[in-house]
Amino acid sequence: MSAVLTPRTDSPEAPAASLDTTSAWSRWANEHRKWLFAAPAMAFVAVLIVFPVAWTGYLSLTDAEGSVRAESEFIGFQNYLDVLTDTDRFWPAVWRTVLFTGVVLFFEVVLGMAIALLLWRPFRGEKWVRVAILLPLVATPVAVGMMWRLIFDPNIGMANQLLGWIGIGPQPWLAGQHSALPTTMFIDIWQWTPMVVLILLAGLTSLSDEPQEAARIDGASSWQRFRHVTLPLLMPTVIVAILLRGIDALKTFDILYATKGRGGGSFHEVETLNVYAYGLSFDYNDYGVSSTVLIIFFLIIIGVMWALTYRKKGLGR
Amino acid sequence: MKPSKPYRVFRTSALVVVVFALMAPLLWMIAASFKTNVDIYDTAKAFAFSPSLKNYETVLQQANYLQFIGNSLWVAFAATTLSLLLGVPAAYSMSRFSMKKSALVVLMARVIPGVSLLVPWYYVFSNLKMVGGFTVLILSHMFVSLPLIVYIMMGYFDGLPAELEEAALVDGLTHIGAFRRITLPLSVAGVATAGILSFIFSWNNFMFALVLSGSDTKTLPVAIFDFVGYASIDWGGLMAAATVVTLPIMLIALFVQKYVVSGLTAGATKG
Repeated sequence: MSAVLTPRTDSPEAPAASLDTTSAWSRWANEHRKWLFAAPAMAFVAVLIVFPVAWTGYLSLTDAEGSVRAESEFIGFQNYLDVLTDTDRFWPAVWRTVLFTGVVLFFEVVLGMAIALLLWRPFRGEKWVRVAILLPLVATPVAVGMMWRLIFDPNIGMANQLLGWIGIGPQPWLAGQHSALPTTMFIDIWQWTPMVVLILLAGLTSLSDEPQEAARIDGASSWQRFRHVTLPLLMPTVIVAILLRGIDALKTFDILYATKGRGGGSFHEVETLNVYAYGLSFDYNDYGVSSTVLIIFFLIIIGVMWALTYRKKGLGR
Repeated sequence: MKPSKPYRVFRTSALVVVVFALMAPLLWMIAASFKTNVDIYDTAKAFAFSPSLKNYETVLQQANYLQFIGNSLWVAFAATTLSLLLGVPAAYSMSRFSMKKSALVVLMARVIPGVSLLVPWYYVFSNLKMVGGFTVLILSHMFVSLPLIVYIMMGYFDGLPAELEEAALVDGLTHIGAFRRITLPLSVAGVATAGILSFIFSWNNFMFALVLSGSDTKTLPVAIFDFVGYASIDWGGLMAAATVVTLPIMLIALFVQKYVVSGLTAGATKG
């Protein structure tokens, strides 16, 4: 096929006939279209993404802080030593990141699967349900944070009023030192479960009906059909959903910043790695340490992704 | 086969709960944006309040939101257009020539935490005195939209048969001519999907503008914070601001729902 697609302008006798109407530039462009098309995007990525990541790596080995114009010195792995032994801010932030991601992923996948199964077969009013599922997903996360801030306000919020009606006392929600993180998890689950629903629904719709029918004829109950037929077939899509949501959940920033502000609140109660790194960079201008945290964070994300794709291959479809 | 009656009853009631849980907070936010702060603080008036447009007056006139709406539109539009110009041809090459490694590099951008780009960018661009300008802001939003567009368009081009282009070559078109006159017109739906998603993601983006925008170039998600003071919050104004930010993008998404859904789930079923 590539023989058909590639003009053989390099061989001495072939070209003239078909290409004599085109200019030399056009001939060159056609021959090199692979890189001509890809190069601008690649250059953008190289200059604005690869280079900054490399620089972050370099900064993590320096004591850069204060002004961006200040001199900085190379200090080797000192920052890594400091960060990895910091049980005050760093390790709690790691723990919160892991906890946040684990909890929201669990609920988003379980709820997402349940809702996707409900929506799987066509029914009347389907259109309206799909609208309701799409809206939280495209809403601006910062605005969503503000919206829940009002609902969860301890004094005037609707959440405590609803609890009052069923006889439960007011809760501090976002304002509480221990309830803030679970409340932000709830907000994340509210906004992003629909994403999992859409992905799983796309997966379900692409499944063939035959294995289902066969299992039904063999007398399998609906739970057995789900557990032994639908779920194994859907597994690759579930992994994709976990992967996409997991990466974003690890990096959650907007909701946390909108509800608790800088540093994840006055006791850092929702300070995840991303919020911590942001604060180190732009509230404390501690660029060296912040870069170290980012490199470690980056390695954690790559590690999680690698583990998940490895598992996906291991499942062998 | 039709589902059994008990199941249909269960499904309907479960879905009513789901729809309510997803919609009620949004409706609550919109309702609060029409309440005066006195009514918001008076929990007895949660449902019985007399609607007022005062908050919107504050947001659009005093808080200068018309300018921020313009900023958000301009940044999202420019970042999307530039990303399409760079991303669509790149995705085509990566799809047709199976450039797996190059694609992986572009897609890594979806994985990298945004903060790790902001630090070096802030270093470079503040020395160039460009922080606070639109150029840096648009470039930073392209960091989100370009990988997204490449990802969606690669999937789309993978699905277009190469035979169509081969036929065009036989008819005397050049390779680039075949891309321009055959492949691209067939990809309008894919380009629309990629463009719409890129616009939404750029409109909603917060972190880049938080660091890189100035008081004149602020985008809407950053401008919301004008209503959050250290001592007190203007709840009515805040809810009106949140509504102004998020309602337009929700309405757009509804109009082009099909594209949004296909973009969000792109590549999810190929395994």
